[in-house]
Amino acid sequence: MVKRWMKRLVPLMAMMVLLLTGCNFELAGALAPKGPVAEQQLDLILWSLIVMIFVLLVVFVLFFTAVFRFRRRRGQDNEIPEQIEGNHKLEITWTIIPIFLLFIMAVPTVALTFNLEEEAQAVEGQRVIKVVGKQFWWEFTYPEEGIVTAQEVYIPVGEKVVFELSSADVIHSFWVPQLSGKKDANPGSKNINYLYLQADEPGVYKGKCTELCGQSHALMDFKLIALEKDEYDAWVADMLEAPVVTAETQVGADLFEQKCLVCHAIDPGMGSVGPNLNGFADRLYIGGFIDNTTENLVNWIKNPVEMKPGVTMPPFENELTTDEINEIVKYLQSLQ
Amino acid sequence: MAHAHAQAHAHAHAHGHKKRYTGVMDWITTVDHKKIGILYLFAGLLFFAIGGLEALFIRLQLAYPMNDVVSAQRFNELITMHGTTMLFLAALPILYGFFNFIIPLQIGARDVAFPFLNSLGFWTFFFGGVLLNIGFFTGDTLPDSGWTAYAPLATEYSAGRGMDMYSIGLQLSGIGTLLGGLNFVVTIVNMRAPGMTMMRMPLFCWTAFITSILIVFAFSALAVGLLMISFDRLFGGNFFNTAAGGNEILWQHIFWIFGHPEVYILVLPAFGILSEVIPTFSRKRLFGYTSMVFATSIIGFLGFMVWAHHMFTVGMGAVANTMFAVATMLIAVPTGIKIFNWIFTMWKGQIRFTAANLFAIGFIPSFTIGGVTGVMLAMAASDYVFHDTYFVVAHFHYVIVGGTVHGIFAALFYWFPKMFGRTLNETLGKITFWLLLIGFNLTFFIQHWLGVVGMPRRVYTYLDGQPGWNEMNLVSTIGALLMGVSVVILVINIVITLMKPKNATNDPWEDGRTMEWAIPSPPPEYNFKQTPLVRGLDAWWVEKRAGNKEMTPAEPVGPIHMPNGSILPFIMSIGLFIAGIGFMYDTLLMIVGGLGILVICMILRSLIDDPGYHIEPEEIEGKGVKA
Amino acid sequence: MSHAHAEGHTIDHLERATLEGKNKILGFWIFLGAEMVIFGTLFAAHIGLRGELNGGVSGSEIFSLPIVAIMTALLLTSSMTSVLAIQAMHRHELKGVALWLGITVLLALGFLGLEIYEFVHYVHEYHFNIQQSPFSTTFYVLVGCHGTHVAIGIVWISLLIGQLFKKGLTVVTAPKVYVASLYWHFIDVVWVFIFTVVYLMGKVG
Repeated sequence: MVKRWMKRLVPLMAMMVLLLTGCNFELAGALAPKGPVAEQQLDLILWSLIVMIFVLLVVFVLFFTAVFRFRRRRGQDNEIPEQIEGNHKLEITWTIIPIFLLFIMAVPTVALTFNLEEEAQAVEGQRVIKVVGKQFWWEFTYPEEGIVTAQEVYIPVGEKVVFELSSADVIHSFWVPQLSGKKDANPGSKNINYLYLQADEPGVYKGKCTELCGQSHALMDFKLIALEKDEYDAWVADMLEAPVVTAETQVGADLFEQKCLVCHAIDPGMGSVGPNLNGFADRLYIGGFIDNTTENLVNWIKNPVEMKPGVTMPPFENELTTDEINEIVKYLQSLQ
Repeated sequence: MAHAHAQAHAHAHAHGHKKRYTGVMDWITTVDHKKIGILYLFAGLLFFAIGGLEALFIRLQLAYPMNDVVSAQRFNELITMHGTTMLFLAALPILYGFFNFIIPLQIGARDVAFPFLNSLGFWTFFFGGVLLNIGFFTGDTLPDSGWTAYAPLATEYSAGRGMDMYSIGLQLSGIGTLLGGLNFVVTIVNMRAPGMTMMRMPLFCWTAFITSILIVFAFSALAVGLLMISFDRLFGGNFFNTAAGGNEILWQHIFWIFGHPEVYILVLPAFGILSEVIPTFSRKRLFGYTSMVFATSIIGFLGFMVWAHHMFTVGMGAVANTMFAVATMLIAVPTGIKIFNWIFTMWKGQIRFTAANLFAIGFIPSFTIGGVTGVMLAMAASDYVFHDTYFVVAHFHYVIVGGTVHGIFAALFYWFPKMFGRTLNETLGKITFWLLLIGFNLTFFIQHWLGVVGMPRRVYTYLDGQPGWNEMNLVSTIGALLMGVSVVILVINIVITLMKPKNATNDPWEDGRTMEWAIPSPPPEYNFKQTPLVRGLDAWWVEKRAGNKEMTPAEPVGPIHMPNGSILPFIMSIGLFIAGIGFMYDTLLMIVGGLGILVICMILRSLIDDPGYHIEPEEIEGKGVKA
Repeated sequence: MSHAHAEGHTIDHLERATLEGKNKILGFWIFLGAEMVIFGTLFAAHIGLRGELNGGVSGSEIFSLPIVAIMTALLLTSSMTSVLAIQAMHRHELKGVALWLGITVLLALGFLGLEIYEFVHYVHEYHFNIQQSPFSTTFYVLVGCHGTHVAIGIVWISLLIGQLFKKGLTVVTAPKVYVASLYWHFIDVVWVFIFTVVYLMGKVG
């Protein structure tokens, strides 16, 4: 099948770039698809790449032949080349052949575009996750399970998931390169979009905002975490458990209630101005991209703007003592 | 016709008096298309340098992961200003410079149709450009929402005056550009010399003609879009305010209805330049002239039908997406026709590799790469992957740098002797070419890959530890620096050449084909002593082959009517500039004052007829100018 | 021979007698093309957003068709008088041209006065200002843009009348009169669309 040898083209191209950069190299992003949507899109891209490389070859061969064969040579100063007006046969040839080439690319394009659109319709019984883009983080709502979370979205492996995309402020765009192409998250109720994807292997997939949305557009990352079905169910159950406050975390919990709860919900199903922090201890990253360590978390609370320009969370370094911040951190790290 | 002419002469004779300025006053009052062309060229080059510096800062910031050469806010300002400056204030004005200088010469006219409007167009563009950049002087935030200014980021979510500078500055410069476009259309339709039928017109004029039509229709759409942004930002309008029920997608449609033709506005003139330079240095007529004309027209037409391919991920639905995808792919056909026609123009020719021709020939492979990635982007389902990644950045830089900039540099080397009477240094020119070619491919080729592995565009930084990102970005930055060096060498070349004495002959490339090469370099203010008679395609080549040393005249030697210079366009533009600042800072006095200046100047212009003046035949001979 | 022509008695179309005149007319047509895009875009925005009231009033609640009908009648008549001015120009009757242009200006002033009254009325009675809703924004920008064009036309044509008295009908003034009348027809056509699309369709729902 064409598909097979098309796939061999990828490592070949990779080799080329490897030679250019001279560095360690692995296929990543859209070139290492881990689900059916991204695979179909990569197939289409490779198909067009093959056609286009053929076009480039034809043009380059003609071009370099012309440039090398017909240089002006010594003694030609007084001879004038024949003034050729044109050539109908040739001109018709290079009109018809491109039309044919476009046709064989247009057909699969149309097919896949319609296919992706149809599959993304949220039909009855379909798992839908609502995504709201906010400057500069992502809120994920599981309407059926009653879970609201942020920055890290969990899905079961091998199952089609539809994402309902919208935005609370400016336009964002939702992209998980290894699983699917992107779609915009538009503000307002008129332009809600649906996108579907499926992960065939468990793993942590990088997600990005791809529409310029302000200062920290570059850092508006999220992770899509695909789990086996049973693990996923366990995660859901875990998220629905109310957080337990012990004597050790009591001080932090109180401080959190005074200072943070205004913006950050911790109840499982509640949305809030800032990210819902339920299950924060299990988050891989702070703010979507900083390793979730104690030190980083303390620094984040002290001055988040320094780490992620333009975020709306104010710095707390002057409002809270280091001890108080440590208490809050301790509490956050207890939120399983 | 003849009696009208006589009458115009009689009229002018009655009132004719000659006003002449010198020095700076000469430049700000001039209505001579050649001087305005030079003004456009240098203003464009100035903005090109500014936009280039901004690009270098962008690449320096991205040279290393989590770099902090500039802040996130500053980075967004840099990308916005780089895009806006390069497209509106550098590329197009430089092309306008060539339009202005060359078109009247190629069609055998003494000036453009509206010399006064021409000057007004330039100054309005220029002050609009200054207004756009005024944040550099006032210390305000600069425009920061990308050159596409997507609402609501550009309306409700952009603090400071930056996006007001964008909407008002572009509004002004857009008006200037629109006036210019209108002028060229009328010039080409009405001012052609006897015998210069449309199908004998040099292809550069054809592309300028189609481009100008695109400008008239596209820039007016932009004007409305910018007006809406201004209303939303300054007067609390609700066009794009989603909370009140406005629609942010409306802006994207309006912007791209302008924005896509804008791409062709930039690249069609480059096509035209190639179609002049390659035949000249191949000593062969353009292969398939007729099909080139039709291909240009079809590209211009289709250019208006495909705007939504910039919006595949917006959620327009599969029907709209596939329609725009297929329409877009169709543009590849006429573009392909052009590529093959150029190659077959060189075929069996005698190619001379001058610097001008190197840029023209170098255009072909670079632009072809940009073209094929364009087709890949047109495929909606694939575009979901490519959209808003570095793949797109790579694609449009292959088209704009590989296409437009190569075309502009080819034109600069090709027409420099005609414009300034001196030929640019060939060796330095060739160094510029090779540095640009290497630097440009180094910068942008690798970005195709970066995009597909997941680097979105317009990111001010990226995290460490992503496979290959650091190395690829560093390579890209090194390429950008090389491009910077090549432009510096070009600037040095221009400066040292301008200091040399004028020594260029009428036809310095010896194989000139079109009429501008039949007259002195630089041409006298009246261009042609006698209006020429055009006897075929490549009019000057036809005369040379017939053994003539000059064009066959279409009229006897007589007094030549010239328009007087005027300071009014300059003052009107200042009025608009003041009013623009008034709108931005909400200062009623400045708004009224600025618009008042404009209106008074318009009234003066309307009431005081310009009789122009005459250059008498004795004066022409007395100067010893040989036509 | 050439003298007789210069007097202008045998020139049927004074406005096209010189290359400058021809340029002016062609240039103006192209300018109108650009204007068409401008109004077309504004119409598109209005049609797309007029249902968005943001809790404010709708067109069917506030539009008063009698006033708009009078405005339409005024503007249509003014278009006709500008045609009469051009016909007078082709007959080389300076006074006729000035008279008909003068009437055109008066009718336009009437139109503009009513429009200003209408806007003031909306703001006072219904608090229907530009900030109320997407409907109000598109309404004011579209109709206001047309109104601005009318105002510019009034100033322009008035100045032209003055020039005609000073300079007479010449190959310089004739093209100006001609393009001014083109402009006026264009404004009229735009108003017909505004009347239909904004007012009639707005009134219906």
